[in-house]
Amino acid sequence: MAVDAAPGAGSSRGARLRVSATFWRRPRLRLASLVGPPVGAYGLVYLGSLVVLLISGFWAVDAFTSQTVHVWNLDNYRTIFSTSDPTYWRIIGRTVLIAVAVTVADAVLAFPLAYYMARVATPRVRALLIVAVLLPLWSSYLVRIYSWRTILSTSGALNWAFNGLGLPDQHLSGTVWAMWLVFTYIWLPFMVLPVFAAIERVPDSYLEASGDLGARGGRTFRSVMLPLALPGVVAGSIFTFSLTLGDFITPALVGGGPGTSMIGSTVEANVGLNVPLAAALTAVPVLIMAAYLTIAKRLGAFEAL
Amino acid sequence: MRLVPRGRVALALAALGLLAALVVPATSIGSGKAAYSPPTKIGKGEGALNVIEWPAYTDPSFAKAFEKSTGCKIHRKDAGSSNQMVALMRAGGGGGGGQYDLVSASGDASLRLVYAHDVVPLNIDLIPGWKAFFPYFKSPAHNTVKGVHYGVSLQWGPNTLIYNTKKVKPAPTSWSVVYGKKYAGKISIPNNPIQIADAALYLMKTKPSLGIKDPYELTKDQFNAAVSLLKKQKPLVKRYWNYAADQITDFKNGDVAVGSTWPYQTLTLQAGKTPVRDTVPREGTTGWADTWMLAAKAPHPNCAYKWMAYVTTPKIEAKQAIVFGETPVTPLACPFMNKLQAGSCAQYHLNAPAAYLKSIHFWKVPIADCGWGGRKDCVDFTAWQQAWTQITG
Repeated sequence: MAVDAAPGAGSSRGARLRVSATFWRRPRLRLASLVGPPVGAYGLVYLGSLVVLLISGFWAVDAFTSQTVHVWNLDNYRTIFSTSDPTYWRIIGRTVLIAVAVTVADAVLAFPLAYYMARVATPRVRALLIVAVLLPLWSSYLVRIYSWRTILSTSGALNWAFNGLGLPDQHLSGTVWAMWLVFTYIWLPFMVLPVFAAIERVPDSYLEASGDLGARGGRTFRSVMLPLALPGVVAGSIFTFSLTLGDFITPALVGGGPGTSMIGSTVEANVGLNVPLAAALTAVPVLIMAAYLTIAKRLGAFEAL
Repeated sequence: MRLVPRGRVALALAALGLLAALVVPATSIGSGKAAYSPPTKIGKGEGALNVIEWPAYTDPSFAKAFEKSTGCKIHRKDAGSSNQMVALMRAGGGGGGGQYDLVSASGDASLRLVYAHDVVPLNIDLIPGWKAFFPYFKSPAHNTVKGVHYGVSLQWGPNTLIYNTKKVKPAPTSWSVVYGKKYAGKISIPNNPIQIADAALYLMKTKPSLGIKDPYELTKDQFNAAVSLLKKQKPLVKRYWNYAADQITDFKNGDVAVGSTWPYQTLTLQAGKTPVRDTVPREGTTGWADTWMLAAKAPHPNCAYKWMAYVTTPKIEAKQAIVFGETPVTPLACPFMNKLQAGSCAQYHLNAPAAYLKSIHFWKVPIADCGWGGRKDCVDFTAWQQAWTQITG
């Protein structure tokens, strides 16, 4: 047995060496066989499904069974971008407006906080604040949304506070304002962290140089701090904007009033009944995000991620 | 240093993507449509049962005994909406994808599953409880096509008018209360395209000139009239609720005072001491009726039949009715209900005269074939969904 095994082992060792030598001689082959499988899997699973999704938008639905029929047509896009029926325009416009409003509100809230964390707070306080910013992410998204429902309801904490200040009841529950408020709260950590990272990276010497050249605080902030921190804000806005664009849970639970449908909730309503229309509708945020990311790249957001 | 030009990588990825796009639909087209004949007897259980259900439809309080006696272990997939149920059944190539055995489809989903061959006909003789059903539920239009049973009726309930007794006075007797301005901003309506039928039913009684014969079989003009009524209702609505729990929260918080509901929400709210009551208004109402349907690719058909036979026995019908707040399809369940909860048989209208059942127009999927006057130009459910998006969005 031992005698038989020796040549076998030798030849397998020889084969290994030959394979190894081939890879050494051909670095491209080596790279391709190393990177190929993960990239291929990514391409197939991720891009493949995205392509299927986009293609589905050009299919039709059988009115009788609501099954997808594989007939090429543009009807879904005609329905969405209809010139006679503004329903989907309205929903897309509302979604983009809310996403912009949420992004602006988050940026305004996050900047001072991130600035304080990065440049003013002691290391101890900074660590505490980072934990505090991240803490909400440890609890379920749903729990936080349901708590907001309770807060915003007619007999909730918000109206209790308003009444205490002598103000009348606000009927926010179910409105776009409620969704704006909840989105702003939910996505805030995703804005704070990139802005914090960007501000932290601004060297102290730049600010001192600005001061030495006679600039006051406001001038230094406008001309030095803001331009250097802007990529961080843009990076954060990618999160807040895209997350708002596709969400359907907040509109379903916090919205739900008349005229509060968003792209995500409309897609959700059509899945199971009209998949091609849902797929076509999904192409809209993909296009909006493509445009948004192109602009963000120009502003240098990807260096601040 | 780049070893492979980026353009070529992108090209390769695009090619892979296209390949995937071509392969995936091809497999879904290949679902078989061979002639199917239902079994003549129930064989030995397969040891498992996978169901798509409304939450609590296989509640352990009555399912445990079934699992023990048959050895069929139940795996549950709870659905949140009828559309979701259909989507789950269609995943993996349709017919339950070889994963699911049973689905507890409501009337706004069942015919879609039938016409798409996602479910198969039953041998109704294998379900003994069926013989004692109310005549209507033996072969209702939402699960029986041309005399072929695509499922066994299960439970039903009316869509009732719920109101807060402290805020809505006098007690309403007509649906007009949810279409009028008196309670503007306090109205709660389900977020479901089938709601168009509720408007059509209201118009059927209040505007006979439209000639509506069936709230689910509407000509273009009748449909438009219902849609325009709902568009007028839109600014009065506080919330189009998605889940029963949402509506319960809204009534509890005082955000809404009146709306359309299921008995389940009313009972839950009353148990929580919220002052609400529900009623079937004088125009009549719509209702839902659920059906257990057997998936075309069910991996455990014997366990599925065993479950359908078990769950339609009067005693289990009564148990499920109490757990979920709905009404059995067999009158024999009445004494069992009263035993579980005194007076519940009458509370759920199980002993109501036949006229009560007739006043309820049960959900069914609207299709182009009107079913009356030989007309084929009725508005189908896809158009209902799009109109609903227009109304609420």
